[in-house]
Amino acid sequence: MTATTTPYSDLKAPTTARRLLTAPTTGPLAALLLACAFFSLSTDQFLTGGNFSLIVQQVMVVGTLAIGQTLIILTAGIDLSCGAVMAFGSIVIAKMAAEGSLPPLLAIALGLAVCGGFGLLNGLLVQKIPLPPFIVTLGMLNVAFALTHIYSEEQTVTNLPGPLTALGETFPLGNTDITYGSLVTIALFLLLAYALSNTGWGRHVYALGNSAEAARLNGIRTSRLTIGIYTVAGLLYGIAAVLLISRTGVGDPQAGQTDNLDSITAVVLGGTSLFGGRGSVLGTFIGVLIVGVFRNGLQLMGVASIYQTLITGVLVILAVTVDQLSRKKAR
Amino acid sequence: MTATSSPTPVLQARGLVKRYGQVTAIDGADFDLLPGEVLAVIGDNGAGKTSLIKALTGAVVPDAGEIRLNGKPITFSGPQSARAHGIETVYQDLAVAASMDIASNVFLGRELRRPGVLGSVFRMLDKKRMRQEAAEHMADLKIGLRSLTQSVETLSGGQRQAVAVARSVAWASSVVVMDEPTAALGVKESGQVLDLIRRVRDKGMPVVLISHNMPHVFEIADRIHVHRLGRRAAVIKPSDYSMAEVVAIMTGALTVDEAGDTVVADSEAAKAAGVQAT
Repeated sequence: MTATTTPYSDLKAPTTARRLLTAPTTGPLAALLLACAFFSLSTDQFLTGGNFSLIVQQVMVVGTLAIGQTLIILTAGIDLSCGAVMAFGSIVIAKMAAEGSLPPLLAIALGLAVCGGFGLLNGLLVQKIPLPPFIVTLGMLNVAFALTHIYSEEQTVTNLPGPLTALGETFPLGNTDITYGSLVTIALFLLLAYALSNTGWGRHVYALGNSAEAARLNGIRTSRLTIGIYTVAGLLYGIAAVLLISRTGVGDPQAGQTDNLDSITAVVLGGTSLFGGRGSVLGTFIGVLIVGVFRNGLQLMGVASIYQTLITGVLVILAVTVDQLSRKKAR
Repeated sequence: MTATSSPTPVLQARGLVKRYGQVTAIDGADFDLLPGEVLAVIGDNGAGKTSLIKALTGAVVPDAGEIRLNGKPITFSGPQSARAHGIETVYQDLAVAASMDIASNVFLGRELRRPGVLGSVFRMLDKKRMRQEAAEHMADLKIGLRSLTQSVETLSGGQRQAVAVARSVAWASSVVVMDEPTAALGVKESGQVLDLIRRVRDKGMPVVLISHNMPHVFEIADRIHVHRLGRRAAVIKPSDYSMAEVVAIMTGALTVDEAGDTVVADSEAAKAAGVQAT
């Protein structure tokens, strides 16, 4: 080494300002604020507490799915089955509570276990055989989709007992009504953000995404870790199923069919790399809000919903391009 | 070898054997690493030096033979067990997490938690202490890096290797094994890593260096273990032999007798290599 002295200029944590400027969530956050500014100027219905509460309600299901999706994408995997697993979970919960006469909480527990089981199965197939996550979860997407329609007999499950939709109820905050479900989603984001950035488990998730081999050589039990991540993601899909029921008030076998791609969209917009090892759950939260704000704002402006889809697609391609270019620059 | 009272080897092996079906990868190999030395392990491709090193670091379990650590017989059930006994390995270039910072890499898989409830219930990492201790380890080896919070991918190849070396030295209590640490590096960076290996040795930590690079081996090694056909062909001091002679021992053209003199084993090969018996 050329230096004989050791000039560790910043042994302390970097300053807040520097951290904010260099954080990977800065770009997505700027995009979100720009979008908000644009829609605030374009339509005066946008910038209201009620509308923001609505946006959060609109994105809480996809947002919860996107938390699990973020964990999996951080390991350089992908999960195409999340929406279908959630739909199956919601049908299980709804039918068990409405027709199987299980107590609502037990039905919910069963739904969580079913979704967690799907996650576990995904993880085992990805880790133990091993198979590419894309293929495993593509297969699981079809399995869960088919099971949903077989088990529901294509019927929407109605007449759900009250407790199942409790999270859809609201409480006033100032003069805005907030649903309890929104709080659950936000709490989950905070919980996973903490776990990823402040625990050893979080470090290991990032290390696994950087290089599974390097993680293994450093004594991280990568097999257990991978299976655990897919299982946690499955449980999150189960919670999303509960939120879905609380929002729609029914068990709908048609629900969640595009949610897998929407969750991937949110993760990518939030600055998490599809190559694994970089990104954050808070970025995903911003990504979810970007999607929600665009859909909501364009709707308020009277733009047809197919154009909303078009614009979301363009945004995703832009986000991935930025990711790829910044990776190239880092080399 | 003369009969002076030699110190107890830090890591020693006698008669190691490892077979994979018909193939014998280790064929009764011996190994001795003395305290405070850099021992280079060289050998032709397929000579079995990787298998030997894997046996010594717990990555493979030998079929026969004995391994001793500081004089005491020991068996490793896996790499984790060798690490638990203070044997750390630096791999060529695989073992760093590129997007993570230096301190995180030094503590990867061994994170420190905050004291009290924060650590035990909330599993919170003690990032400050990890940064401080990582800085101490880096300073200890005189590795000058501007910031410990920069991600490893922003470092040069030599600096990355320095981080990997610092990490292994931080955790090793007995031995550091380095597998081709300069293979992926340029001339200047290789020089920096060699300097670093010297400083590790000067701290009193014995180093096993696996290398193909004969000039590097001659520059840094105190002794050279020449591996051939699954066993130790010779242990020599670099000052006593020329590079051509060592290569000849490696390929079997020369052998070394009890007195340390070279004997021509394959006259044609020796002639071709331009070496002769002493």
